[in-house]
Amino acid sequence: MSKKNSEYLINRKDNQYEVVIGLEVHAQVLSESKLFSTSATKFGAEPNTQVSLVDAAFPGMLPVINEFCVKQAIKTGIGLNAKINKRSVFDRKNYFYADLPQGYQISQFKDPIVGEGKVILDMPNGQKEVGIERLHLEQDAGKSIHDLDPQNTFVDLNRSGVALMEIVSKPDLRSPDEVNAYIKKLRSIMRYLGTCDGNMQEGSLRADVNVSVRQKGSKEFGTRCEIKNVNSIKFMQMAIEYEANRQVDLIEEGKTIDQETRLFDTKKNETRSMRSKEDAHDYRYFPDPDLLPLEISEKFIEELKNDIPELPDDKKKRFIEEFKLSSYEANILVSDIDTAKYFEEVVAKMGKNKDIKLAVNWITGELFAVLNSKSLEISQSPVSAKNFAILINLIKNGTISGKIAKTVFELMIDGDKDPQKIVEEKGLKQQSDPKALEALIDKIINDNREKAIEYKQGKEKLFGFFVGQAMKVSGGKANPQLINEILKKKL
Amino acid sequence: MSLDLKTIKHISKLARISVDEKRAEKLAGDLNSIFEFIEKLNELKTDNVEPLTSIAKTTLKLRSDEVKSRNIRDQIIKNSPQDNEDYFVVPKVIE
Amino acid sequence: MSDITKQPLTELVENIKNKKLSSTEVTKAFIDRSEKSEKLNAYITNDFTSALDKSKKFDQKPNFNLKLPGIPMAVKDLFCTKNIKTTAGSKILNNFVPTYESTVTENIWNEGAILLGKLNCDEFAMGSSNETSFFGNVQSPIDKNLVPGGSSGGSASAVAGQLTPVTIGTDTGGSIRQPASFTGIVGLKPTYGSCSRYGIVAFASSLDQAGPMAQNVKDCALLHEVISSYDPKDSTSIDFKRGNYSKELTNNIKGKKIGIPKEYRVDGMPKEIEDLWQKGIQYIKDCGAETIDISLPNTSYALPTYYIVAPAEASSNLARYDGVKYGFRAEGENLIDMYEKTRSEGFGAEVQRRIMIGTYVLSSGYYDAYYLKAQKVRKLIKNDFDEAYKKVDAILTPSTPSSAFKMGEKTNDPVSMYLNDIFTVPVNLAGLPGISIPAGHDSKGYPLGLQIIGKAFDEQNILNIAYAMEEKINFKNKITDWWIK
Repeated sequence: MSKKNSEYLINRKDNQYEVVIGLEVHAQVLSESKLFSTSATKFGAEPNTQVSLVDAAFPGMLPVINEFCVKQAIKTGIGLNAKINKRSVFDRKNYFYADLPQGYQISQFKDPIVGEGKVILDMPNGQKEVGIERLHLEQDAGKSIHDLDPQNTFVDLNRSGVALMEIVSKPDLRSPDEVNAYIKKLRSIMRYLGTCDGNMQEGSLRADVNVSVRQKGSKEFGTRCEIKNVNSIKFMQMAIEYEANRQVDLIEEGKTIDQETRLFDTKKNETRSMRSKEDAHDYRYFPDPDLLPLEISEKFIEELKNDIPELPDDKKKRFIEEFKLSSYEANILVSDIDTAKYFEEVVAKMGKNKDIKLAVNWITGELFAVLNSKSLEISQSPVSAKNFAILINLIKNGTISGKIAKTVFELMIDGDKDPQKIVEEKGLKQQSDPKALEALIDKIINDNREKAIEYKQGKEKLFGFFVGQAMKVSGGKANPQLINEILKKKL
Repeated sequence: MSLDLKTIKHISKLARISVDEKRAEKLAGDLNSIFEFIEKLNELKTDNVEPLTSIAKTTLKLRSDEVKSRNIRDQIIKNSPQDNEDYFVVPKVIE
Repeated sequence: MSDITKQPLTELVENIKNKKLSSTEVTKAFIDRSEKSEKLNAYITNDFTSALDKSKKFDQKPNFNLKLPGIPMAVKDLFCTKNIKTTAGSKILNNFVPTYESTVTENIWNEGAILLGKLNCDEFAMGSSNETSFFGNVQSPIDKNLVPGGSSGGSASAVAGQLTPVTIGTDTGGSIRQPASFTGIVGLKPTYGSCSRYGIVAFASSLDQAGPMAQNVKDCALLHEVISSYDPKDSTSIDFKRGNYSKELTNNIKGKKIGIPKEYRVDGMPKEIEDLWQKGIQYIKDCGAETIDISLPNTSYALPTYYIVAPAEASSNLARYDGVKYGFRAEGENLIDMYEKTRSEGFGAEVQRRIMIGTYVLSSGYYDAYYLKAQKVRKLIKNDFDEAYKKVDAILTPSTPSSAFKMGEKTNDPVSMYLNDIFTVPVNLAGLPGISIPAGHDSKGYPLGLQIIGKAFDEQNILNIAYAMEEKINFKNKITDWWIK
């Protein structure tokens, strides 16, 4: 494998192979109740306690669609710059499985609610556009539990009927890194929109990964394999890497690749065939006769458009223009909605005479470090945006030095204390009175007469020694800029 | 057209209904006579006809996102063939 | 009153309201007769003890403002009834007890009626003779070893045999109208979307409708008024203004235009059916209405279309019967084995046949040729009716191409069995209302019915026409009580 020109290629003796990846992301819609029933969707409930008669497919039970889920799908479509279809149809996908009580999944096959769209990725070597094929609404299945009993499989239907958005990309991705960026971008957009929380641990975001390989420069697609239900970006990347190499090996050996569904084994770090699923692969899709076509008006869509917040791409653009941030800095701030919110609140609280660069450095430096070490989300930050802004202003107006600020910041963490008060209580205010500092420096020069002479004779390195002494004597409170100026004058 | 035993077996797999040889033959006979009768539709040209998607003269109504169904686990599990307080139980699934 | 069970519904309601009869007396009378009528095999499950209790309670605290005050009623076993076993005539549900009530039955109990029990039917409503029920054949009160028709065969038998004053059935391709015709009673299949499907064991979702079956048109109108309601729990339920069907019932149909479709004159139709139809046309004219010859050109394609659409939907609707959540389960070595044995042992031959047809027509490579084609033809059939209704207010046809047949006569020939529904199926495909009324007898003395097909939501109109014709026809059902020793 090489990364020439940051291109992801698989090298063999005489050949170089390109990897072609398409993703089917399943994103759980953030809704209180299920797509076609009124039971709850909360994560982590006791087994089978969020199951209605509809979810368990009792005789005579019928689906009734949740308006909120429809709106969430449309909003997501708008966020993906996609075409919203005014008429879409729910189909039944028929297959038998223990955790599929109806014997079919209600999904959208021919006429999805959202059509083609696109997503822009920021890659190290520039921007990359990834096409969206479609987004459709469908029901989640329940959960089969195989390890509670040696003879039996247990079934929990809490998830059964939960609304999912399946977002299908075009086969535009070319490397595990791009997949990483794509998933993160999708998640970011959906979190901005509030349509999906993107929590992969809880299964709110999963993906099926389609992988094929072809000789570099070839225009034809190779035979693809679908890796089912991978639930972390890391596993997706590992699965792609394994699968691409497996396919290349087959080609190199002159063998053919079977189009099939594969499973990623996280313990062995390999994909393997799920042949058992193949026999029954005739889903017999047809329009669900219990439902009518979903028809939505232009007005309905327009109202939702008005409801769309500023999305990451626009926010980034604005941050660069308005705050003169670099593209890199802006990316870091906008990728997560809560970071962006925190940053904007800090900016607002800093008032007129603000140093945005300083704030950005402190957020991405000190704040992120603390959050990391405590494994906290920025929304759970121990330091509020308000106090954070005060701290930045204290640095900016010279009340405290950057170094002291770090001390103050550490004290703030415990109980979100007001930095102003900390500075006052601990007497940490910077000494910026030139007369006092001059006296202090006179004393230091006096006490270190020999070193002062050496300095004057050309040993310039000793300047640092004097600065250090000044800081030490002042307990770190001396204004370093003034110290520099005075020292230069006096020495 | 004519449905052979192989097709019957394939459909019975899809439908998850086990069919032994004898039944398959009987079914093939029945289904063939039914399909012979269904083939009458081929007389009709329908290239320019839009298929009917719904017979109900109304549009799909949307319900509000409210949780109304509470925990009814006892009711849900009550009728299940294999007893367990918390789960539905099925024979081991083999992948 | 010894002839309580002979009284039509509206008379019983009057007598209870006027306190000439108590609910207990009425309920007892129907229970007694039902108990003497085991030979008909009309019931799958009875709830007599509880019915009697309820009738006593009603009499203690009667509410005469209700439309069905203390009226006992048995219903088809396709309606889920809370805490009462509901089988759909199938082994696969033979131990299933719902914890919920169908909207249609709920509407009935809310108007004061009392459940007598659950009536036999073809398995999952798939059949035209009630011979596919896991619980055995239903006998027709008309004659021994005669089929009552299907799938609402138990319902038809129970009304004709006076085991229940009225009942409700379901009609997917003729399952109310054909048995009504075979047993000399009135049966209405309402417009699709008029009655909620919530809580009714589904056969074919786009065709199923619940409807009333009764001794006369007025009873039928009253019961329809009770069961028809908009239901947000059914996405295909339609929110339209429903009439006061029984109150607005009139025999004045002067000036109405009734279409006579030439395509219903099918090859091999017995002369007595043709004669009946001609008689019907005369009755229409006698009532002051006008008949107009019309054409429904795609009629002959309706049955093939139906035998694609209905099995396709059924194959999917019946996938939930898999031995996991409720109902019958056969032991299996693993999940798939369990599925296959459960469904093979739990479903009867006809149901399996239809699941297989449905699975096939939806399967990869055949969808366009069968299912999609059928949905296109269905559109053409619907268009035929739309076109006809530009000229006429309703359409008159025979209900069935023949009178009732003997048990076992058609069980080995599915296609000849299916042909029974040739006149009723187009109505379901187009989602229209249709009513069958008894109009005469064949040479053997078996009842024959005429069907009036209406415009969508125009139940009042076809009820009025039926009501006017009923008066002219003056049909008398020949019930000999042969099954009661």
